[in-house]
Amino acid sequence: MRSRAATFGLTAAGLLAILILTLLVFGMPVGASLRLIVEGAFGDKYGVARTIVRIAPLLLTGLGVTVAWRAGMYNIGGEGQYVIGGVCGAWVAKLIAGSPSAVATPLLVAACIAGGAAYGALAGWLKARRGVNIVISTILLNFIALQILSWAVSGPLRQRGSTLPWSDELPRAVMFYRPDHASDLHAGVALALVAALAVYLLLFRTRWGFLVRLVGINPRAAQVNLIDPNRVQVAAMALSGALCGLAAAVQYVGISGQLSVEFSQNWGFLGIPVALLGGLHPGGLLLSSAYFGTLRAGTANLARFSQGGDTLVFVIQAVAVLGLAGIRGYTSLRRPVAEAV
Amino acid sequence: MNEILAILPYAAPVAYAALGETIGERSGVINIGLEGTMLFAAYGGLVGVSHFHGPYPVLVGLLLGCLFGVIVAVGSGFLTVLLKADQVVVGTAINLLALGVTGTLFRVEYGHSGKLLSVPTLSRISGIDWVVAGLVVAVPAVWLLLHRTRWGLAVRSTGEYPRAAEAAGYSVPRLRLQAAALGGALAGLGGSYLVLGTAGGFTENMTNGRGFVAIALVTFGRMNPWLVFGAALLIGYLDALQLELQAKGTAVPREVLISLPYLVALIVLVGVGKRRVAS
Repeated sequence: MRSRAATFGLTAAGLLAILILTLLVFGMPVGASLRLIVEGAFGDKYGVARTIVRIAPLLLTGLGVTVAWRAGMYNIGGEGQYVIGGVCGAWVAKLIAGSPSAVATPLLVAACIAGGAAYGALAGWLKARRGVNIVISTILLNFIALQILSWAVSGPLRQRGSTLPWSDELPRAVMFYRPDHASDLHAGVALALVAALAVYLLLFRTRWGFLVRLVGINPRAAQVNLIDPNRVQVAAMALSGALCGLAAAVQYVGISGQLSVEFSQNWGFLGIPVALLGGLHPGGLLLSSAYFGTLRAGTANLARFSQGGDTLVFVIQAVAVLGLAGIRGYTSLRRPVAEAV
Repeated sequence: MNEILAILPYAAPVAYAALGETIGERSGVINIGLEGTMLFAAYGGLVGVSHFHGPYPVLVGLLLGCLFGVIVAVGSGFLTVLLKADQVVVGTAINLLALGVTGTLFRVEYGHSGKLLSVPTLSRISGIDWVVAGLVVAVPAVWLLLHRTRWGLAVRSTGEYPRAAEAAGYSVPRLRLQAAALGGALAGLGGSYLVLGTAGGFTENMTNGRGFVAIALVTFGRMNPWLVFGAALLIGYLDALQLELQAKGTAVPREVLISLPYLVALIVLVGVGKRRVAS
């Protein structure tokens, strides 16, 4: 058993190696590209703010994925749950426009969470009741959600008097508190940290969390103990969707303040590799979301100066996940264990 | 009749991918990375047709697409079958990889000005090209292969009860990799046809969920090539209908039309219901 520090060091070195290799493969100048990435992520206080506000949604969608996957539900639908969360938030914002911010802000966040939870629970329910493969249903629901968003911002939620598909802009008072209006850093980021702690306590320190992990590892063992795996799984999907909805709230009430078809910046998809590389554990997720949040902020800067920058994150995440899966498979094959086909 | 012929170019990519996935799923492997496999192959088609200056560049594009499909499918098969890595994890990563690699290469190579890149396409005779016509051969061929050959029997037993196949002297990993390679070739043909037949150009993430729909179709068609093909026709019809209605202009919101294939696929899966619950 290797120590945690060694594992962390190896992983960090591996991720850096993947980054450099990726740059080499695409024929981009390594030194200059790395400098642009680092400058984009940490260059000045705005850079640091850009990085932090990118870590928060990744951490939240990663937590969402973690809860579902721990229950054995391969939720690929974080993107859809995120989007529906945002649409619900904007819808409520329109309904309660003009109410004081002390009421409006919590209601908006709650609406985002509820929307994501409902959309996640829908996929869970389809699995439990009709046996629809969760991977396929959540993916199809992603596409449907994107169309719902597009319809909402060009129809019922469109800004009055605007011809562009945008929703109303939230008043500044309703948005999360910003210490400095020149930078993106906002108080909603703290919600992500709170959520990470809450998910950790829930999964590893409560009876329900134990049930989630039990159902994920061995649904039959749950069943013989008179626990209905379906119920636990549907609830886990709802919580998973709720966390993705919270990610949408952090982006909507914290950053964008309005919805457009661009609202979804793949945060839901990118949560999957974040969760996997974080070992489906909130502690690990803090590290992996920090790495990929930094990379996203950095490559956005890289993209301003070179062809093809921000899609690099996909490549690096994918290679890292494939590498990890391969290494895990290889080491478990070499370990002599009773074969269970 | 012309209507049916007109939907075939839209149905063909999904149909080929779903036929390939049928073979893979019969062997007991579900390829969540099918979407990424198709996208890689679509890019392969673009590379082939735009870099090859000899005769039949379109054919070269299709072949390169198939090759890309085989490489991606065997690569992910290596991880899932031989190293026993999780199928969903590997598949998701393959999809992400395809999105990143094709997106970056496309921008580096063709610039991200979003300029419309049009490539030569297959020549058609009254709306039909040979890839579409090939479906007439491919569907029965896949059925015959799976249900009337020794290899097909071995593959099906590998999917249903691997120990039986092993006891009969077959190597389960080898059969699964062979099935994955064949499935990858078909998915590759579907993906590159998307560029060289359906669209006549490449855009980022142009598969746009077709690989996922293909997986849903295999469930819908209960891994029977004929039923899977029928389901692909239905999706192709919705795809064509959606474009036609958008062009004509209707009272129905555009978004409802675009989401029709996904919506129908989902409703169908709900309808098929408990018949095939994964163990």
